[in-house]
Amino acid sequence: MLKFLIRRISVMIFTALVLTFVVFFLTNLPPNLEKLARSEGSVRMTDDAVASWIVENGHGGPLLGRYAEWLGLAPGWTLTDEKGVTRGRCIDVYAEAGSAPTFCGILQGNWGISTFAKEPVGDVLGRSLGATGWLMFWVMMVMVPASLVIGILSGMREGARTDRVLSVFSIASTATPEYVSGVILLAVFASVNAGLSPLLRDWGLLSDRTLFYGTATSAMDKITFWNFALPVMTIALYGIGYISRMTRASMTEVMTQQYIRTARLKGVRFRDVVLRHALRNALIAPFTVIMLQFPWLLNGVVITELLFNYKGFGWTLVQAAGNNDIDLLLGCSVVAVLVVLITQLISDIGYVFLNPRIRLA
Amino acid sequence: MQDALSWGGIILRILQQFLPVWIALIATFALSLRFKRHLGLFGKLFDSPVGMIGLALVLFWVFTALFANMIITMDPIGQFGRTKNPLPGLPLTGVENPPYPYFLLGGDHLARDVFSRMVMGAREVLKIAPFATAFAFMVGVTLGLPAGYFGGKLDTALSFLANLVLAFPVILLFYLLVTPEIRDTGIPVYLAAVLFIFPVIFTCTVLNSRFHTDPPKRNLMIGVTLVIGLWAYSGLAFNLDPLGIWSMGPNLLNVFVSVVFVNAPTVFRIVRGLVLDIKARDYVAAGQTRGESAWYIMLWEILPNARGPLIVDFCLRIGYTTILLGTLGFFGLGVTPESPDWGSTINAGRKLLLLYPHAAIVPALALMSLVLGLNLLADGLREESLKD
Repeated sequence: MLKFLIRRISVMIFTALVLTFVVFFLTNLPPNLEKLARSEGSVRMTDDAVASWIVENGHGGPLLGRYAEWLGLAPGWTLTDEKGVTRGRCIDVYAEAGSAPTFCGILQGNWGISTFAKEPVGDVLGRSLGATGWLMFWVMMVMVPASLVIGILSGMREGARTDRVLSVFSIASTATPEYVSGVILLAVFASVNAGLSPLLRDWGLLSDRTLFYGTATSAMDKITFWNFALPVMTIALYGIGYISRMTRASMTEVMTQQYIRTARLKGVRFRDVVLRHALRNALIAPFTVIMLQFPWLLNGVVITELLFNYKGFGWTLVQAAGNNDIDLLLGCSVVAVLVVLITQLISDIGYVFLNPRIRLA
Repeated sequence: MQDALSWGGIILRILQQFLPVWIALIATFALSLRFKRHLGLFGKLFDSPVGMIGLALVLFWVFTALFANMIITMDPIGQFGRTKNPLPGLPLTGVENPPYPYFLLGGDHLARDVFSRMVMGAREVLKIAPFATAFAFMVGVTLGLPAGYFGGKLDTALSFLANLVLAFPVILLFYLLVTPEIRDTGIPVYLAAVLFIFPVIFTCTVLNSRFHTDPPKRNLMIGVTLVIGLWAYSGLAFNLDPLGIWSMGPNLLNVFVSVVFVNAPTVFRIVRGLVLDIKARDYVAAGQTRGESAWYIMLWEILPNARGPLIVDFCLRIGYTTILLGTLGFFGLGVTPESPDWGSTINAGRKLLLLYPHAAIVPALALMSLVLGLNLLADGLREESLKD
């Protein structure tokens, strides 16, 4: 087990390094740096001025060297201009030129400065991840129980009417990406002159303009049912379809096993067979699926936060990419890549723990 | 001044606009039901109600894309009248010789007809999604077969690469790959150069492994493939086709390449898994004993026996690619800003979503029904292919 863990984690670290290097390479392509120079300096800079701006701000030099600087494995760049003022990667952060450390990359906890938010990337990421954490928490609270119940109900009697109805529901929900379900939910529940709200207003059941809020911006301060239900449902719907399909497949497979027939034949009630004998074995596969669903949830989070204007991680990622904010985008991708890799690891380890038939050499 | 249409009137007129689609659908279904015993897997699909509904939905959009010119009521990019965001059924006023008297499903914030844009959007989506999926399959199959069959270092290296791409969050990849700046650096062209050569390699290996005992025939077939393949390759990847028949705009190329790039590793993993399962069968051992070449066994023994799961996945994957294209459009990274593809239209409509939902709802429902159709079709195919 230990050997397996060590091997997995070293592959994971290597993957993370390669992926962050790819992001670093793509964000530091010459056209991107020129765009950054023009947005940070001035729009009307000459090509020569752009070139020298790039060099003076530490974006010159070989790519690998700059990547090592960003990681914190190479000394940060410094530059003394003709006025005798020394600037540098580490000096900007720690204000004083003399006492600045030589190394300051993400390994030292310095994620750089966001040019878009004008604050350290670590602060921006911390805040937005906090906001997204709440969103994910409620998504999980809705998605996991709902999809397991649907999957088990439809998988315990394959081909029955319950199974048909629930299967159509889950196929339909996997066919509805977040930007579709979000738009539909907004139109039905949060539109001023379409869907439910005008109807309820006519009946005198509703005093506000709309039933649910159309944005989740207010949820940044205080989460209520009315401002958070729609974004949570938007993300959860897509996942419910997928996870319940997996649970159903695993449940139908378990229900055909010999030991289920034995239990039935010895006279155990159907309910007890499902709850005691089938359920535990049927939940192994969905566990890994739920874990591997995280990367996809990230997509949903980005779309939903943009649609509902909720300033979490996804919103930050979009702003960083749209404004060519290199440090922030790199920070976002480190977080995203780590989330993906760690959930993959947990899913592998969890699978081994849950399934006694798998033994690692 | 005409009155606005009621919902009943709108639905009647829409049904009437779709007349060519209905005729084509009924003809296809009548013919298929008549000859379903001779049509193999496709014919068996008509035994499963779920599969039939899925097929009907998919064919509806395919025919809509084909007959889009006959169905649209107005120019999908043109702006009509002075009213902004006209509601569904509103008459078109203030225009000399209006192309059609009503906005059937309303108009968007630039007074463009939502119905016509939705219909044209089907053509935009179906022009890219199936082909991108097919390319991803070519790449995935060409790399997945040897990885599964030979195993060893090749497998380790290719699997690591596939996992690398899969660990990359899709949205981040799109934001990094589909930008005007990236286009200047030529990275999409390099990616296209790598990805687009796979169909040529694939076809050549398929032919060579089968006909290498008959050199004249083999040389003819491979020669024809190479001429056509490399001609298309030069046009699609580098825009250098001397005759100008094969070409792809830089935006389209960028979108196409990114979608293929995201899909190919998953196909690779599926193919690799299938090969690992099938290569232990007796007929593979028989082929090896006969002294068949490795590529013959992979392409002519293993691949045909893996076709069931691959066809099902192909259907699902077209749906997934449609969703990805919509995502790109939703983030404003689509083909062109005024393109009527569904993702871009949803993106444009979402700004006024709470006041005028129709501009975003119509393409959203269209996209959902196409993907639903593909998923149901895949489900029906899976059910029918498992029966024998």
